[in-house]
Amino acid sequence: MSAGIGSPGVAPGESYRSVFVRRLPLRVAVIAICLVWFIPTLGILVSSFRPAGDITQNGWWDALLHPFESTWTTLNYEQVLGTENMANAFINSLIVTIPSTVIPITVAAFAAYAFAWMRFPFRRTLFLVVIALLVVPLQMSLIPVLEMYRILGITNSFLGVWLAHTAFGLPLAIFLLYNFISQLPGDLFETASIDGATHFQMFRRVVLPLSIPALAAFAIFQFLWVWNDLLVALVFLSAETEQSVMTLELSKLVGGRGQAWHLLTAGAFVTMLLPVTVFLLLQRYFVRGILSGSVKG
Amino acid sequence: MDDRVHIEQEQALGWRAFLMPVGAIVALVGLAMGIWFLVDRQAAPNAAAALFDAIGNPAEAQALRGGSGNKNVVKLILAAVALLVGVGGIWFFYAGLNAVVMRLSARWRGRLLPWVFVGPALALLTIYLVWPAVSTFVKSLTEGAGLANYEWALTTPANHAMYFNNLLWLVVGVAGSVGFGLLIAGLVDRVRYESVAKIFIFLPLAISLVGASVIWRFVYAWKPPSQPQYGLLNAIWTGLGQEPVPWIQTPEFHINTFALIFILIWLQTGFAMVVLSAAIKGVPTEITEAARLDGASERQLFRRIIVPMIRGSLITVTVTTAIVVLKIFDIVYVMTGGRFDTDVIAHQMIFQAFQFFNVGRASVLAVILFVAVLPLMLINIRNVRREGIAA
Repeated sequence: MSAGIGSPGVAPGESYRSVFVRRLPLRVAVIAICLVWFIPTLGILVSSFRPAGDITQNGWWDALLHPFESTWTTLNYEQVLGTENMANAFINSLIVTIPSTVIPITVAAFAAYAFAWMRFPFRRTLFLVVIALLVVPLQMSLIPVLEMYRILGITNSFLGVWLAHTAFGLPLAIFLLYNFISQLPGDLFETASIDGATHFQMFRRVVLPLSIPALAAFAIFQFLWVWNDLLVALVFLSAETEQSVMTLELSKLVGGRGQAWHLLTAGAFVTMLLPVTVFLLLQRYFVRGILSGSVKG
Repeated sequence: MDDRVHIEQEQALGWRAFLMPVGAIVALVGLAMGIWFLVDRQAAPNAAAALFDAIGNPAEAQALRGGSGNKNVVKLILAAVALLVGVGGIWFFYAGLNAVVMRLSARWRGRLLPWVFVGPALALLTIYLVWPAVSTFVKSLTEGAGLANYEWALTTPANHAMYFNNLLWLVVGVAGSVGFGLLIAGLVDRVRYESVAKIFIFLPLAISLVGASVIWRFVYAWKPPSQPQYGLLNAIWTGLGQEPVPWIQTPEFHINTFALIFILIWLQTGFAMVVLSAAIKGVPTEITEAARLDGASERQLFRRIIVPMIRGSLITVTVTTAIVVLKIFDIVYVMTGGRFDTDVIAHQMIFQAFQFFNVGRASVLAVILFVAVLPLMLINIRNVRREGIAA
C-alpha cells in the first residue's frame, strides 16, 4: 500500500487486536458508503433480468435474496434491442461519438502546434480568444446554430452533430494540448528541421507520438461527454428520426413508457455498457481525462 | 534554412512532388463527395440499391429507391461513409491543404502554412461560438417582445421560483458533492482496499445523466400504501412505519428538487473524491507525522492540517462542480420535465426555444446562464493555469 498520510501504524504498546477495534468504525463507514453508491445500479441490473410483471410486484432485493424462487429472463434485452430501436441507436451513438472525438482532437492538435511552435501575426491575441471561449456555455450557441443548420439543410444529420461537438470541444482541447505541446523540448524541433522535416512531418512524426498521454486523456473525456450527451443530440438530431442516439431513446422511453420498468432497466444498462467498459479497462487514462476535462464549457 | 532544405528535397523527389498535389486534389474531391453523400438523404439508399442491382436483386433495389427496403444495409453504408469522412477525411483535409501550400514559393509558404494549421480551428470557433454568442445576445434584445424579454425573465414569479431552484441546486449540489468527496477521500486514504473502494464511488461518472436519472427514478418509485413498494427508498420508508411518499411529485419543502439534486451528488462525488484524494496524497508525510507526534488526533489532523493544505484543489473542485450544477438540464428534463416546481434555467431555456418557439425568451435565459457561469469560469481558468491539474 502506498504510504498515504493516513496509515497510522501500530502505536507502541498497542496490540493488533485493539488496532482492529479502533479502526472498525472507519471500515464500516467506507463499506457503507460504497454500498450506498453501488446499490441503485445493482437494483437496475437485477431488475433488467426479471419478467415485466414481476418487477413491480415485489422489490428486486427479494428476488436477489431468493434467486431460486424467482423467475429470470433475458427477454427485456431482446425487446429493447429488437423492437425499441435501441440497437439502431447504439450504432448511431457510435457513428456520432467516434468522429466527434477524433475530429476535435485532430483540429485542436494542429492548432495547438501552430500556437506553440509557429510564428504568425496575432498569435497571442488569437490564443487568448480561444481560451476566453471556454467561458461561453453552449446554450449560447444552440439557437443561432440550429437556424444556420435549417438554412443549410443539415438538421438531423450526423455531419451537423459532429461539427457541433467538434466546435464545442475545441477550446478545451486546444487549451489542454497547447499546455502539453508547448512544453516539448525545443531542441527536438531544431534537430528535425535541420534534417529537412517540414512542419507537417514534424507534427506527424514527432509531436503526435510524444503527445499521446494528453491526446488519450482528452479523447476519453470527449468520448464520454459525447456518448453521454443529451442536449446537443436533442437539439441537432431528433428522437423521431433514424439518426436518434441512445440517450435520446432512453429519455424518450422514460417520457412515453415511464412505467415499463422492464424496458427502462434494460435500456439504461445498454446505454451504460460501453462507457463503463471503457472506464474499467482504461481507468488510469479515464481519471486523467476527467481531471483535465473539468473546465469544459 | 528550413526552406532551402525543402527545395533540395523536392528536386530529389521530382515524381513525388508531382504526385502529392494530385493526391491532395483527389482527397479533397473525395472529401467533398463524402460530405455530399451524408447530406443528401437519398444517397445512401441509392448506393445500397446499386449494390443490390450488382448482385442481381432488382426487386430489393427497387424497394430501396422507393424509400422502403432493407434499412440495415443502408445504415451500414451510411456508417462506413460517415466514419471514412469523419475520421479519415479530416486527415486528408490537412494533408491536402498542406500539400497545396507546399507548392507555393517559399515566401508564401511561410506566410500561409500557420493558417493551414490554425485556420480550421478558428473557423469552427467563429461559426459555432463567437458569432452565435453575439447573435443570441442580440436576439435576447430584439426577438419577440424585445427588451420586455428581460422584464419577463426578471419579474415573473414563476421565474423567481426557478432561480430559487437553481440556488438550491447550487448550494446543496455543490456542498453535497464536495463534502462527500472530501469525506470519502479522507476515509479511503486510510484503508488498504482504497483503489477498490474508489471504483465504487467513481463509476457513476461514466454513466450519462439520463442513465443516472433512470437508476434513481427506480429508487424513488412509489406505489399506493396498500401495495408492496418496489422502490428502494419507499420500501425503507414504509419499513420505518411511514406512509409511502411519491418523492419526485412532492413539491412541499422542495422534497422533489432535493431528490433530483441527490442524483447529481451521486454522480459528481467521484470527481471531487479523485481530485481531492490526489491532493491529500500530495501533503508531505513529514508534516502529518510531526502533527501526530505532537498529539494531534486523526480528526484534528484532517481538519487543521490536511484541509488547509489542499485549499487550492478544494476551490477548483468547488468551482467546477458549481459550473456543472448551474447548467444542469438532463436530470430535470428526464425526471419531471420541469413540472412539480422543479424547473431550472437551462431546462426552461430549451422549453421556451423548442416547445413555445419563443426565441427571445430562450435567448434571455441563455444570457442569464452565461452571466451566472462567467465569474466561475474565470476563476477556474486562472486556477487551472496556475496549478496545472491538466494532463
